[in-house]
Amino acid sequence: MADAVLFEFLHTEMVAELWAHDPDPGPGVSAEPRGEEPGAATGQNMNLSVLESVGFRVGQALGERLPREMLAFREELDVLKFLCKDLWLAIFQKQMDSLRTNHQGTYVLQDNSFPLLLPMAAGLQYLEEAPKFLAFTCGLLRGALCTLGIESVVTASVAALPGCKFQVVIQNS
Amino acid sequence: MGSQWLFTLTYGALVTQLCKDYENDEDVNKQLDKMGYNIGVRLIEDFLARSNVGRCHDFRETADVIAKVAFKMYLGITPSITNWSPAGDEFSLILENNPLVDFVELPDNHSSLIYSNLLCGVLRGALEMVQMAVEAKFVQDTLKGDGVTEIRMRFIRRIEDNLPAGEE
Repeated sequence: MADAVLFEFLHTEMVAELWAHDPDPGPGVSAEPRGEEPGAATGQNMNLSVLESVGFRVGQALGERLPREMLAFREELDVLKFLCKDLWLAIFQKQMDSLRTNHQGTYVLQDNSFPLLLPMAAGLQYLEEAPKFLAFTCGLLRGALCTLGIESVVTASVAALPGCKFQVVIQNS
Repeated sequence: MGSQWLFTLTYGALVTQLCKDYENDEDVNKQLDKMGYNIGVRLIEDFLARSNVGRCHDFRETADVIAKVAFKMYLGITPSITNWSPAGDEFSLILENNPLVDFVELPDNHSSLIYSNLLCGVLRGALEMVQMAVEAKFVQDTLKGDGVTEIRMRFIRRIEDNLPAGEE
C-alpha cells in the first residue's frame, strides 16, 4: 500500500536526523535547561529517547482509535497476542512471527523480517545502526500498551538483519 | 485503523516534537521543508515504479500527474488544479481536505507554523529528481481558518542533466 510507504519514508527521515552532524548548530538555544546531552539544545539531532517518545505518542493515539470491542481483553496475554496479530498487521501488513513469554510479565516478540529494517542491507554489516530504526517502534508498542491499561518497558535487539526481537516487560504498579 | 493513520499520527507527533526542539515556527517550517525534500528525492523513484507515468512534456502535464496520480496514490485525495498564470509557469493545487490535519488544531502560540510544510519539500525534492526546479508554498491553510488549503507551485527552470548521455 502506497500510504504505508509514506510512513516508512517518514520514519527513515526521522532516524536520519540522528545521523546529521551539524558543525554549525545555528540559532535557537532553548530557554529551559536541557538534560545530559550538550548537543540536544540546538534541536538538530533527535536522539533515541526522543524517537521512542514520538513512537509512544503515536502508539497511544493508535490505541485510542481501536474499536471498543477490541478492548475487552480478559488476560494480559490476550493483549500481547492482539499486538502481535492485529496491530502489527494493520501497521506493517504482516503479523509478528513469534511470541514467547515466561508467564511472569516478560514477553519476547520476534519479527524475522521487520519492515523498518528491510531498507538496510540484510546481514550483520549495519548492526550498530539498528537501534535507531527500532526506537520509534518500541515507543509505539509501549504507547499502545499504555492505552490498553498496561505499563511496560519495551526494548529491542537485533541478532541478524532484518530480524529483530522486542522485549516487553510489564511493570507492576 | 491502518497505515494512513500511522502516517498522519506520526507526522503530527513529529511536528509536536519539532515545536519543542526549535525556538520559533520559522525554524520548524524550514526543518519540515528539509525533511520533506529528503523524502521527495527518494519518493520519486517509488512513484515512478508504481505509477508507470512517462516523462512529462510540460508543466501542465506535470500538474495533472501530481494532482491525479501522486496525491491520489499517497494521500488518497485528488486536489484540483486552478489559477494558471498566463505564462503557464504557475498553478495552484486546491485541497478541500488535507488528510495530514485530521485531528489537528494549531495552538495559539504557533500562528506562523506551516503545519504541512513537509509536502512542499516533498514536491520540490521529487521534481528536482526529474529535472525541474520548482517552488512550492502554502498560500491558504484550513488550519488557519481559510476555507481550503492551497499550494502554489511555480516552475523556476529546467535542471540540466550533467551526466554524460548514453551510459551503459
